[in-house]
Amino acid sequence: MNAESRPATLACHPWVAHVAIVTEVRSEIDSVATFRMRFRDPEIARQYRFLPGQFNMLYLPSCGESAISHSGPPENSGEDFWHTIRFVGRVTDSIAKLKVGDQLGVRGPFGSAWPLDACRGRDVIIMSGGLGLAPLRPMIYALIAQRESYGRVVLLHGARTPDTILYPEEISQWRDHGIEVELTVDRASNEWDGNVGVVPLLLDRLSNVRPSETEVVTCGPEIMMHYSAVSALGRGIPETSIWMSMERNMQCAAGLCGHCQWGPWFVCKDGPVFRYDTIRSLLKVRDL
Amino acid sequence: MTSATESQESNAAVVWLPRAIFQAFLDLLSADGYQIIGPRIEQGAIVYAPLERVEDLPLGWTDEQGPGLYRLKKRADEAAFGYVVGPHSWKRFLFPPQTDLMRSKQTDEGWDMSPVEPADDKYAFLGVRACELAAMEVQDRVFMTPMFTDELYQRRRSQSLIIAVNCTSAAPTCFCTSMNSGPKCHKGFDLALTELTGGFVVEIGSELGRRFTDRLMLVPVTTQREQDAAAAQQQAVDQITRTLDREHVQSTLKNRLNHKRWDEVAEKCLSCANCTMVCPTCFCSSVDDVTNLVDEEVIRQRHWDSCFNFDFSHISGGPVRDQTRSRYRQWLTHKLTHWVDQFGTSGCVGCGRCIAWCPVGIDLTEEARILCEDPAVPEEGQP
Ligand SMILES: Cc1cc2nc3c(=O)[nH]c(=O)nc-3n(C[C@H](O)[C@H](O)[C@H](O)COP(=O)(O)OP(=O)(O)OC[C@H]3O[C@@H](n4cnc5c(N)ncnc54)[C@H](O)[C@@H]3O)c2cc1C
Ligand code: SF4
Repeated sequence: MNAESRPATLACHPWVAHVAIVTEVRSEIDSVATFRMRFRDPEIARQYRFLPGQFNMLYLPSCGESAISHSGPPENSGEDFWHTIRFVGRVTDSIAKLKVGDQLGVRGPFGSAWPLDACRGRDVIIMSGGLGLAPLRPMIYALIAQRESYGRVVLLHGARTPDTILYPEEISQWRDHGIEVELTVDRASNEWDGNVGVVPLLLDRLSNVRPSETEVVTCGPEIMMHYSAVSALGRGIPETSIWMSMERNMQCAAGLCGHCQWGPWFVCKDGPVFRYDTIRSLLKVRDL
Repeated sequence: MTSATESQESNAAVVWLPRAIFQAFLDLLSADGYQIIGPRIEQGAIVYAPLERVEDLPLGWTDEQGPGLYRLKKRADEAAFGYVVGPHSWKRFLFPPQTDLMRSKQTDEGWDMSPVEPADDKYAFLGVRACELAAMEVQDRVFMTPMFTDELYQRRRSQSLIIAVNCTSAAPTCFCTSMNSGPKCHKGFDLALTELTGGFVVEIGSELGRRFTDRLMLVPVTTQREQDAAAAQQQAVDQITRTLDREHVQSTLKNRLNHKRWDEVAEKCLSCANCTMVCPTCFCSSVDDVTNLVDEEVIRQRHWDSCFNFDFSHISGGPVRDQTRSRYRQWLTHKLTHWVDQFGTSGCVGCGRCIAWCPVGIDLTEEARILCEDPAVPEEGQP
């Protein structure tokens, strides 16, 4: 995506955060919660816009900063934006302790977006693994909001176990909005009578795929995205119609700190969403 | 951008600055509010530090360099700029090793977060070599992009005065001729000096530079001195022996990501990060918080970091580049090829610092040559 079509990052100074207030905390699966928040300054809240796939840097003074994708409706401004976060370390464990009314710093939005324009009028296959569904949710909201502008929309989602499937109630509502959903888990439990196995298998078995009419978007562990792309290629979907969101260490999110470099790319500003043909060969090199 | 970059070489006048009034020149810079940063001897090396007097300069000293080697030696004369380059580069002033970025304070309404205004330093950089001018232009492209700008860098860059010095000798580690970056200064300076016995031939690169030469009432240089300066500059060219096949490396190295040479160099490399610290273009940094409990104030602080540090690429599950092999590969491929994709210029200016300051004497020109010379095996890694 060209940088000009992105919403402006708040303030010209990329390092400076704006204060946001937590307005709701919703616990999702184990160690994951969605935080709704708004910018404290009403003017900033009003101005702030993001695109599905973009992320913010969330900052807790004395603790640190983490890159976290938007997981809420893209039509929302900075008066109500959502982040779904897994608590895995220093910063995210501190975010876990935030309650309604607590404050944090937010910089953003950063990065490239899911290719909604390329998807217009075409079939869309969404492949997500685990928490990878969170950065795709704004895209799903956008597809539902203009459902008639897109062809067939399929969500292929996988989780480790049935009780780690993210947003289970919403997923059933999405079905009602004309999205086909296939779920799979790595390990079944007693009450699970659905698919068992990895996400790419869902695509291998999906019927009536129209390869030249389809865009595939995928987010999840790198290995899962890699094999999702392999599966998509196997179904005849061209490289230029496969998109994935990459994860690398990020400190500045503005291409100034060097941490997220990956071959010729800065994942923070050239990505995180990449078109597969631009990264295919990089994905095959170990610890690049 | 600086006034220096507006320089027009075509009508650059050339004047003579006698050594006898060099101090008057320095005094004029100070009087105009410039903090002079130039070469000084500290702890056995020529570094860049504040100075005011001609005697602060490394008069009569030179540096002897080679892979893993740097030491000072007495010269036969009293030259002020008779050395090549030391461990410092000007990035330490434009992109300081440590910078305060943002301040968070607890107030009645909660956090107050505001940028830390960069100090209004106005520098005169004295003794900038051609490869270092090139390095500044490389960092301009990194820190002043169409999307984001580093405010501190931009401010310091735009208000610094650049007094370049043409090299009249070169070290065995130099390869600026291969990188099209030296040894002669062509643009990007306010004034460029060539040191001769008794004074300096001064090229004027900007109106700002001319203000100083006018006020010192410098007169046009004689043809003889101009010829002497050209001969002195040629001496540096003639002394350069090291080479790097820039365009070949740029196009080839990115297809050598699985070469066995990475394993071999990893056996020597200590992953100490010296090469990245002395490199005049390396720009990686990390941010941390410093808490001032008394003021209930938290400062977000940026400091230099290096792709050689183990945690640099940390994500859940550990660092992406968990081996020296992958970290050396990141450094070399970024510097010599991916930099071109990112910024339209090589990240290497051929100053040779990384060769001299590598404790085990790894030579990037040699590594690049070996990595790129093998018959091309089709490889992954080219997007
Ligand atoms: C573009 C992008 C979008 C992301 N979106 C989400 C999201 O929507 N929800 C979510 O839960 N997580 C997301 N992550 C991952 C999240 O950034 C990390 O889990 C988080 O930074 C871990 O920080 P920590 O301090 O809790 O963990 P620690 O392990 O203590 O990490 C210390 C530091 O390392 C870095 N780091 C650690 N893990 C990662 C990682 N996986 N990716 C990048 N940097 C890391 C950060 O600088 C972090 O502050 C995203 C990452 C990226 C790059
Ligand atoms: S190449 Fe040399 S200087 Fe650079 S990290 Fe390795 S040992 Fe240190």
